[in-house]
Amino acid sequence: MIKEYTTTVEISGPLMLVDGVEGVAYEELVEIELPAGEIRHGKVLEIDSRMALVQLFEGSSGTDISRSKVRFLGKQVELGVSEEMLGRVFDGQGRPRAPFDTAPPIVPEKMMDINGAPINPYARDYPAEFIQTGFSSIDGINTLVRGQKLPVFSGSGLPHSAVAAQIARQARVVGEGESFAVVFAAMGITFEEADYFIRDFRKTGAMDRAVVFLNLASDPAIERISTPRMALTAAEYLAYEKDMHILVILTDMTNYCDALREISAARKEVPGRRGYPGYLYTDLASIYERAGRIKGRKGSITQIPILTMPEDDKTHPIPDLTGYITEGQLILNRELHKKGIYPPMDVMESLSRLKDKGIGKGKTREDHADLFNQLMAAYSAGKDARELAVILGAAALSSLDQKYLEFAEEYEKRYISQGEHENRNIEETLDLGWELLKLLPRGEMKRIDPGRLDKYWPVSEEDGPS
Amino acid sequence: MTRGTIDKIAGPLVVADGMKDARMYDLVYVSDYNLIGEVIELKGDKASIQVYEETGGLKPGDPVTATGKPLSVELGPGLVTAIYDGIQRPLDEIRKVAGDWITRGISIRGLDHEKEWDFTPVATVGLNVTGGEILGEVPETKIIIHKVMVPPEVSGEITWMIEAGKYNIDTVIAKLKTPDGSTVDLTMYHNWPVRKPRPIAKKRAPEEPLITGQRVIDAFFPLGKGGTACVPGPFGSGKTVIQHQLAKWADAEMVIYVGCGERGNEMTDVLQEFPELEDPKTGEPLIFRTVLVANTSNMPVAAREASVYTGITIGEYFRDMGYSVALMADSTSRWAEAMREISGRLEEMPGEEGYPAYLGTRIAEFYERAGNVKCLGGDRNGALTVVGAVSPAGGDLSDPVVQATLRVVKVFWSLQAKLAYARHFPAIGWLDSYSLYTDNLKEYYNEELGTEWVPMIKEAISLLQQEANLLEIARLVGAESLSPEDQLILFTSRSLREDFLHQNAFHEIDTYTSINKQKIMMEVIMHTNAEMKKAIRNGVAPGELFELPLKEEIARMSYIPEERLDDIEEIKIHVNSQINDLIEKEQTA
Repeated sequence: MIKEYTTTVEISGPLMLVDGVEGVAYEELVEIELPAGEIRHGKVLEIDSRMALVQLFEGSSGTDISRSKVRFLGKQVELGVSEEMLGRVFDGQGRPRAPFDTAPPIVPEKMMDINGAPINPYARDYPAEFIQTGFSSIDGINTLVRGQKLPVFSGSGLPHSAVAAQIARQARVVGEGESFAVVFAAMGITFEEADYFIRDFRKTGAMDRAVVFLNLASDPAIERISTPRMALTAAEYLAYEKDMHILVILTDMTNYCDALREISAARKEVPGRRGYPGYLYTDLASIYERAGRIKGRKGSITQIPILTMPEDDKTHPIPDLTGYITEGQLILNRELHKKGIYPPMDVMESLSRLKDKGIGKGKTREDHADLFNQLMAAYSAGKDARELAVILGAAALSSLDQKYLEFAEEYEKRYISQGEHENRNIEETLDLGWELLKLLPRGEMKRIDPGRLDKYWPVSEEDGPS
Repeated sequence: MTRGTIDKIAGPLVVADGMKDARMYDLVYVSDYNLIGEVIELKGDKASIQVYEETGGLKPGDPVTATGKPLSVELGPGLVTAIYDGIQRPLDEIRKVAGDWITRGISIRGLDHEKEWDFTPVATVGLNVTGGEILGEVPETKIIIHKVMVPPEVSGEITWMIEAGKYNIDTVIAKLKTPDGSTVDLTMYHNWPVRKPRPIAKKRAPEEPLITGQRVIDAFFPLGKGGTACVPGPFGSGKTVIQHQLAKWADAEMVIYVGCGERGNEMTDVLQEFPELEDPKTGEPLIFRTVLVANTSNMPVAAREASVYTGITIGEYFRDMGYSVALMADSTSRWAEAMREISGRLEEMPGEEGYPAYLGTRIAEFYERAGNVKCLGGDRNGALTVVGAVSPAGGDLSDPVVQATLRVVKVFWSLQAKLAYARHFPAIGWLDSYSLYTDNLKEYYNEELGTEWVPMIKEAISLLQQEANLLEIARLVGAESLSPEDQLILFTSRSLREDFLHQNAFHEIDTYTSINKQKIMMEVIMHTNAEMKKAIRNGVAPGELFELPLKEEIARMSYIPEERLDDIEEIKIHVNSQINDLIEKEQTA
């Protein structure tokens, strides 16, 4: 028999304080019945021998002190999972979401705690299988591998949605026919954005292998705390119990963090940087670290969280802490976007930490690592030359600097830039890299192993095809 | 044993009633799950406890038991090659019990108590021994001889010693009669509280460099054995790669790697790579000299706080055996954040940026446990070198953790985002970094590398400093309008940066450079500089010099294997002939 309490003493923001409770556990799931009969949910945030502090998932509007009935359900927040979830659209709490999904709720095969448990580092398998996304700026330079967490740092007005949708569409592991199943979690994005993704998934047939969790801008902000956890629980079920390879897209993490800040402020906690709670790092880690591969299990979870950097500032706590947890980052650059380059990938500041194990002989090609290093060094030199040209005028550059400048221009136009439906394979990306390097003198190829240089750029072609 | 009940639960902090007899830092078991925690505050009969496991599902009224003992680690054979969580539970054993995810309330001891080890006694009956003296030896791995020592605070006369043979660590191997007349049974292992530094006989300044095979470190900013260093940098600047490189190549006899609040996959990387990589000195797998402590960012936050102490205590234990030990802590910022989180839950008055006021003290105490020491009991020297990574918010060095760390450490490797973007790795900035050990180590260098080494390095650093100024000018007027001498400085500095300081951690040869090879490489660059200077004085145009094919040869030096150092030496001859040709041409013209 579940006890019902009407002893609420305080409601403040998304928090509710209930007095005189007994036998209530920390993090327990709570059900609140409003006077009109509406049922809301929440969880226990803090508990002592008398009082329980409850965080309301759907916000506190309409709740009242005297008549709301509070029931503690004796379990933690759970998600019912089954293979039927594929092709479905849910809200932030795992219920079918109209108008995108009007079918009846799924029949769960089992219930899973949405907080998951930390993967034992000893049980992890190191991600090492190259994922071909079809973007040269990712495959060639910031290679994604299966089981990696690689966020996209974007800014307002930049095409991060298009990039994410294109990755979801094109991602393949070379040599395997099977594509990824997508788990998509939207936190506080607009209807239009959500609609863009869902239409894209439907158009390309990806929807049959997708699970969508939606919390739109108009939905309760506090629900955003559980949305990504719901999505990851579904992903874990599909990956580790149904042997599927899952690509999880989380957008927009900035909205998630703002919801977290709201709760922290309501609890009157000592704020850290920019008002975000001191445990933001730990909290974000509990989401991002749920990516990976596990020894002896077939499936995998690859995560692409998307976040918009306030004022394009990479040192803002959200991108900053994210960058410290994730295995690299893809940064979109406003200047490139203005130049009309799509994807506007800032290859210099972007990074994939796991690429080294995913590239090279047997994975992509033996020359990939050297080629990558040389392209980066050359582009960097080219950008320096461009700066110099601004000050001195292009004519004052040394002949070498002029060549670097030309290289940088071509690199942006031909290598980074590509069409929204252009899917380049890795061979094409690598060959394009060599073609561009040959704009430079052969003696500048300092980052390339001499043997490989001779193979891919024989001495006979001293200065490359002109 | 004190038994109390839970009064309040807030995240990793639990407050318990009825704990009047508990002591600060006592180990406690919380609820029927037996979650492990530590008392961190006492008020009346209320104790605040930081719990090392997830607290979801705990209820007020659940039991709390204080053990009366502080949080300790087991020290004995079986440590090497292990991977532990923050409170010394072996992760491989946890996986056997709990599966692929870490669940709660798992109690596994740090050492294997069943396994039998080959024990050979060294001490004999009748000997009077004090703490730290060696009783016997166990070949723990092919590289590490585990010295079984008398625990630090025990002394007396040996009344019985076991014979050589195979025993597990619970077997009594010696009996001591202590000065007060009682008998103490000694086994191959003992417990030691993690927050208490293990005693030593004497501390002294580092006298030898820790050779790391990383050119920018060994040549420019060396670390002494027993010294301390910190590597702060924004994300993506290569902190972890540097820590891994040090763990792989540093000429320490034991390596303790503490992954504190970092990525799970990084620990997996170490776990998969170290059994396959060879120790450059012994040729045996690196894992045979490694202990890993892994508390990844998604594991409970309080255990993160304990993990650095667990790591350094194990480090001190191997130091006491007379080994040179290197400890890498990645990242100390996560440790500080764990302190901040607990402090916040305790509602302590915050210091800078919400960190507790005692942040600086804790950091200083931690680094002070490093040192080049004369070990307790017997005539052995050991060293414990500590390298801490720091991850400042936004890469900003005014971060309280960075500042508190810089006040204690002697070596500062400043990682720079700008270098990392240009893929110049290791991204250690040559203008801001420093090592305060260069004077201490001078004698060593003079003996090992000859007296020309130290002045040569000074000259190289000075060239790079001049370059920084010249680049500013070149930016305004163009490099071509600089004097030929200044153009040469730019040329040589670029060569220093690209051909010496830049090092590819993922290239099989370039990843490690012996100190001898470093010296030859540096000589080639500086010799070229000197010859070119001569040529310029003889009127040769800098443009012609800088186009010489010797440039390519110098660029390839770092890829020449250690067995063929003569090939590098030979480059000097090519340099001489190519430059002399130009001088002759100039003079005949």
